[in-house]
Parts: sequence; structure tokens; C-alpha cells
Amino acid sequence: MTKFVKGNEAVVIGALYAGCDMYFGYPITPASEIAHAAAKWFPSIGREFLQAECETASINMLYGAAAAGKLTMTATSGPGFSLMQEGVSYMAGANLPGVIVNVMRAGPGLGNVYPEQGDYNQAVKGGGHGNYQCIVLAPASVQEMCDLTMRAFTLSFKYLTPAIVLADGLQGQMMETLVLPEKELERPDTASWAVHGDAATRKNLITSIFLDAPAQENHNLNLQEKYRHMGEDVDSDTYLCDDAELVLVAYGICSRIARTAAETLRAQGIKAGVFRPITLHPFPQDALAKTVEGRKAMVVELSAGQFRDDVMLHLAKAGRFQEVSLCNRMGGMVVSVDEVVAAAKIVMA
Amino acid sequence: MTEKKTLGMYDSFIRSGKETRATHYCAGCGHGIIHKLVTEAMVELGIQDRTVIINPIGCSVFGYYYWDCGNVGAAHGRAAAVATAINRAHKNACVISYQGDGDLAAIGFNHTFQAANRGEHIAVIFVNNAIYGMTGGQMAPTTLEGMKTKTSPFGRDPLTCGYPMHVCEVLNQLKAPVYIARVSVADTKRIMQARQSIRKALEIQRDAKGYAFVEVISPCPTNLGLDPIKTAQFCIDQMEKEYPVGVIRDLTATAEPRKPDAATPTCREYFENDESQAPAAEVDPSAKELRLKFAGFGGQGILSLGICVAEAARMEKRFTTWYPSYGPEQRGGSASCSVVISGTPVGSPAVDHPDVLVCMNQPSYERFLSEVNPGGTVIVDSTVPLNLPVPDGVKVVQMPAIDLSIKLGVPKAANTMMLAALMKLNVTGLKNENLLNALYASFKKKPALVEKNKELVKEAEQWIEDNLK
Repeated sequence: MTKFVKGNEAVVIGALYAGCDMYFGYPITPASEIAHAAAKWFPSIGREFLQAECETASINMLYGAAAAGKLTMTATSGPGFSLMQEGVSYMAGANLPGVIVNVMRAGPGLGNVYPEQGDYNQAVKGGGHGNYQCIVLAPASVQEMCDLTMRAFTLSFKYLTPAIVLADGLQGQMMETLVLPEKELERPDTASWAVHGDAATRKNLITSIFLDAPAQENHNLNLQEKYRHMGEDVDSDTYLCDDAELVLVAYGICSRIARTAAETLRAQGIKAGVFRPITLHPFPQDALAKTVEGRKAMVVELSAGQFRDDVMLHLAKAGRFQEVSLCNRMGGMVVSVDEVVAAAKIVMA
Repeated sequence: MTEKKTLGMYDSFIRSGKETRATHYCAGCGHGIIHKLVTEAMVELGIQDRTVIINPIGCSVFGYYYWDCGNVGAAHGRAAAVATAINRAHKNACVISYQGDGDLAAIGFNHTFQAANRGEHIAVIFVNNAIYGMTGGQMAPTTLEGMKTKTSPFGRDPLTCGYPMHVCEVLNQLKAPVYIARVSVADTKRIMQARQSIRKALEIQRDAKGYAFVEVISPCPTNLGLDPIKTAQFCIDQMEKEYPVGVIRDLTATAEPRKPDAATPTCREYFENDESQAPAAEVDPSAKELRLKFAGFGGQGILSLGICVAEAARMEKRFTTWYPSYGPEQRGGSASCSVVISGTPVGSPAVDHPDVLVCMNQPSYERFLSEVNPGGTVIVDSTVPLNLPVPDGVKVVQMPAIDLSIKLGVPKAANTMMLAALMKLNVTGLKNENLLNALYASFKKKPALVEKNKELVKEAEQWIEDNLK
């Protein structure tokens, strides 16, 4: 069964099929349709929706709901995402799962409501205080807004840590055909660690405080060990890369622009392909290194080179030191296919 | 606290790997007494299994050393938000938010106020000792006028630091709270009163009646720099003068218990009951990709015209994207949308170079005309003067969409006129039947408009027949 919906609405459908029990959120453009859809759909099927007084409250409600063993989510955009960082750090520190959707807009500060990818580092590198990293998934279609929101719940509960769906204003607003998920996900059993307010979970404790430094260090080591295991869930996609001379590296909406640019470049005699990380953390480092080996690489992004720098870092970690060119726009200006094609021609000249 | 075991508390308090029966609180501190009052009420009311206590940041951050119930530590000031979610997650849980004055009345006051205003089913125990304890004796919102602290070394000056904050009285302005009281643990008589109020707050949770707030005036000898007896006397003489004790509100007799949740459909029942859905897209490499742009002023139905075309494409199993671009204003500014129809998955949903351009106003005609692909078609409203050079191989057609819709008495239907032009000129490659069905489906909630639009389409087609063919 299909529906023609906005990316923002697909997020809510994915969350509900994943079994999300509770939505907490504060309105912000261009993510508000997620709250609108959640306000209607969550109560309609017996789930909880609450408009919080601010994003700080939203994320701490996520913390509370997760501590209570529930599947919970919020959605926001840059300014709200910044406010949430405190709570995300507490969730990571207390090993709590939950899904945060960031429909990125242009910044810094108030910025504007048009698409950007300037929250890359904030999402991928932790964002709040302390040594932690979230799972970060980057959808590139309305279908993936739904599917990756579902996967975010699965991975968040697998690793007991927050998961971020990192989208952008364009994906949130665009409509495409959504094929509804085949089935609802099975609910994880949380009685071993969560606090349900019953006899079975009475002894459980949720906290991120370890007063003694050795204990806190041990906690950090355990977290890092957990993050290392996330490598088994890396995911990426390639398009026309088999014989490519130039690999366009892009995530989210930029990967779709890159896709059209690669087709255009091929029509003009330049063999271009696209490498797209689907998981930004864990990062598909080996797949990227393999794909760009012996080829030129250019990143397409809607930020100041945050993603390009990370691509170079991951290549370096995989033992490859390689120049990676950059084609980007910022401030809500979406890079056009023409601009990508022109930049690619300079790289290949 | 005595060596005697307290039911509801752990037998020994393990911290830093050592077992002990002593709490981590200073001699003369009120927390130990308040912990015990909370615990006794929890046990006596038979709700120990159901109880979840939010351990705040402050001296009582280690409440979980003592309380044998569900414990959740919260970030500084956020206990009310955390408690809100826990009770909504488990409506049978008795949730206690135990907070100090910095946590509750400074950094967390908005959360406190909003949770009280929503009437969350939580019991808030607000420990007011007029100072920040764990952080080391800084000024709190509840610090008395003239009182010296680490951050008010010359004494609290209301002209620069404001006045002592009366939280009970502020919350008493709200409709939702069921119970609000201020008590003290400065002497035995007062402790007995505090016992009753705390018990009442937990009873309200047991019976699911709503929000209860108990402020407890509590001695902090360490940070006041006084011995325990003098600190207790300070509470009685100084603090109670500023913060009078007593029950401020008690609506327990009339408060209704929360109603059980109503039955609802499941997720699949809710989303999968719609029979009128388009099929999933199918790959057809022979289908040429068509990129369309619709542009005009907001309110001219530009965005819904794009959706109609996209829906018709979906009926024909095409991969389809629709992407809106708004002006800075929601109404009256420029609006445009991009639609891509393809036999393979769509790359960029943003249309920079359209094959089909529909323009309802002059700014969009000026903006997009030069971008149209060779072989493309531009349909522009007749109100727009054609005073620009047309790119080679591009066909421009004028359609009096706005005038016709006004003449026919439905000025909002200019977009329907444009749809008729798209059909009559056959520029989308889509079946007219699908375009019309998509148009009618958009009026699902206003059936009267379907008939009206059928007439409008006929009139528009007739006009094109007479004037363009």
C-alpha cells in the first residue's frame, strides 16, 4: 500500500510502525509537519503526544520516557537541536535509547528555514559534553525518511544509545510515494534495565553519575567499546561507480543532486558515479576507501566543508591520503546540478 | 538517621564500594528527615513497587543509595520534564520529583511551572534551604533578603538580585494543581505536619488524582555556617517569616481520578484502510523524464496544481517527486513547486531547467523563462505581458486562467484552468482521466466543488478549443 506524503509525514509513519509509544516536541520550521502529523496520528492509535514547553523539555521527556522503557522520539531543526544537546549527552551517559529527527535548516543562529547540512559535526561528533557518539542515519528519499526512522529505533535499542535521523528542509518538505512498511516491529523487552514503576523493575536505576574517577573512566571505556561494535551496522550505497573516474561523495538530498549530475556528466563524456553514506555514524569508511581507490573524489554538501573534512579523515584512517574536492552551497542555497557538473569538470580537467 | 532499619530504604547504603548505615548528608541537614518521611509514606500507602523517584542534581543526587524503589537521575532542573514522561509512560506509576531550590526554582522553574499547569500526575517535594548546598553555598532564588552567600557576599540585594521567590504562591495561580502546601522540618511538631502533607501528596498519586506540590523548609547548617540547633532556629525565625507554612490548596475531595484510555485502532488498521491508493512505481527506462515547474503568488493554488499532476503520474506507476519552494511569507509571497515524473528513481527533485513551466504571475515568468529546456512549453497567465525574449525551441502559450476563473465566479480556481490547458495541450504525457481524477480527489472533503470544477474544466477546454487550436 502506498501514500503520497511529505518526508516529514513519512518520519511519523515510520516511527509508529516501529512501535514508538511517545512523541515529545516543540514546533520549529521546517520540521513542524512532523509534530502536526504526530499530534494527529499518535493519539489516534493510542500512543502519547505532548507538545513540550521547549526543546530542553522535549529531550528530557525523551530521557524520562526512555528511562521508563518506552520507544520515544522528538523532531526539531538546528536551533532546537542545539538546545537538546544537554539531554542527548545525559541519554548517552545513561545508556538510554531514543530517536531525534533533525530536519536541518540554515544557520548559524536564527539563520533561515531553507535547507542546509550545517549540523553535520554537531550530529556526528557528539554535539553535547563528554565522550559519546550517537547513531546517525541520513535518509535521501521520502521512503527512507520512514525506513531509516524505523531503523533508528532498532539500532537505538540494539546499542542503548540515542539515534539521530539527519535530514534537511528539502527532504522534509518534498513529497514522494511511500510504500508503507510491511509490518510493525516487535517491541524490545526493557524490563532488565528500565524503570516501569512495578515490582519487577523496582531495583533498576537510571543515572549517568559515577562519582569516583576510576568508575567514570570505566564507564567511558564501556561506551567506547559499544561504539566500536556499531561498525557492524554501517550502510552505504553506490550509483554508477563501477567504471567511474570521478566519485561524487554526498549524503541526504545532495546525493540525489549528485545522482542527476553523474548522469549529466556521463552524457557529456565524463564517467562519474556517486558514493552515499546511509549511516554517518558509524561511517562506511572501508566501503568509501574501496570505492574512491584510484579515482578522483569530490564532495557535494550544503555546509562549509564539514562533511568533506570528515571524508578525508575517514580515508586517512583507512590508510589513504587523497585530495577530495568540494562543491558546496550554504545559507539555504541548494547546490544545483549545473554547479556540480561545472565543479566536476574543473576537477577532471 | 538512626541505626534502626527503615522499611522502604535499603538495608545498607553502598557508596564508593563501602557499606554503611550513615547517609552522605551533613549533621543537622533536613534531607535525611525528608527522605524518611517520603519513604514512610510510600510504604504505608502500599505503593513501594509503583514508586519512581526522580533524583535531581544537588545534595539529593544520591537518593538512590537509600530509596528502595525505581530511581531515575535527572539533569539539573529537568526533573519535572523527566517525571512528566515517566508518569505518562506508566500511568500506574507513582512518580515523585524530589528537587532542591536551585534545581526547581532557578534553572528548572519553567519546567516546574509548565508541569504544574498541565496538571501532571506527579508529587513534587521541593526542598527549600535558601541556598545551593552541593555546589557550595551560592545564592538561590529562595535566599533571604540581605543573606550572605558565596555569590551574594554583601548580602542579597533585591534591587540587583530580586526578592526571595515564593514558589507555592506562584503555582497557586494555576488551575490544575490538586494540592499545594509549605511545611518545615525544623522541629518535631513541624515534622509531624510535614509528614501529613507528604503523605497526602503521595496519596494523590496512588489515587491518580493529579499534581501535588510540597515545599519543605529545610536546614542547611554547613552552608549557613551555623550549628544544627541555630540553623533550625533560623528556619523557624527567619525563613518562616518569609515563607509561611501551611496548606495553601487542597482539592483532593473533589479531584477526579484519571480516566482510563479509550480503545483505539492499531497502527496498521489506522493507516491501511484506504482503498484509493496509487500503485507503487515501476521501472520503465523507456519513459522520458519530464521536469515541471509551477510558479505564481502564494494562494493561487500553484502548489496544489503540482500535487494534482504528481498524483496523476503516480496512477501511471511513474516515479514522482513534488517539492515546494515558498517565499519568505506564508501568504501573498512568491510560491513555486517542482514536479519530476520519471520511469526510473528520481535524482534531484529540484527542477532548475523545466520541460514544462506554468506561470501565474510576472515575477515567476521573468525568473524562470530563460531556464526552460529546448522543446519545452510555457503556459503563462494572460495577465502577464510577453515582453521577454523566448529561448530557442520553446513554445509560449497564454491562457486567461485568472480572468476566466473570475468570470465563471470561482476566482480561486485559476489553477483548474491551468490544469485544463495542460490536458488540452497534452504536454505532460499523462492521461486526462488521471489528471481529472487527481483534481477531483483533491476536493474529497468538499464534494460540491467537484461538480463545479467539472464545469470549469469544460469551459476552459472550450476556450482553448476556440482560441488556441
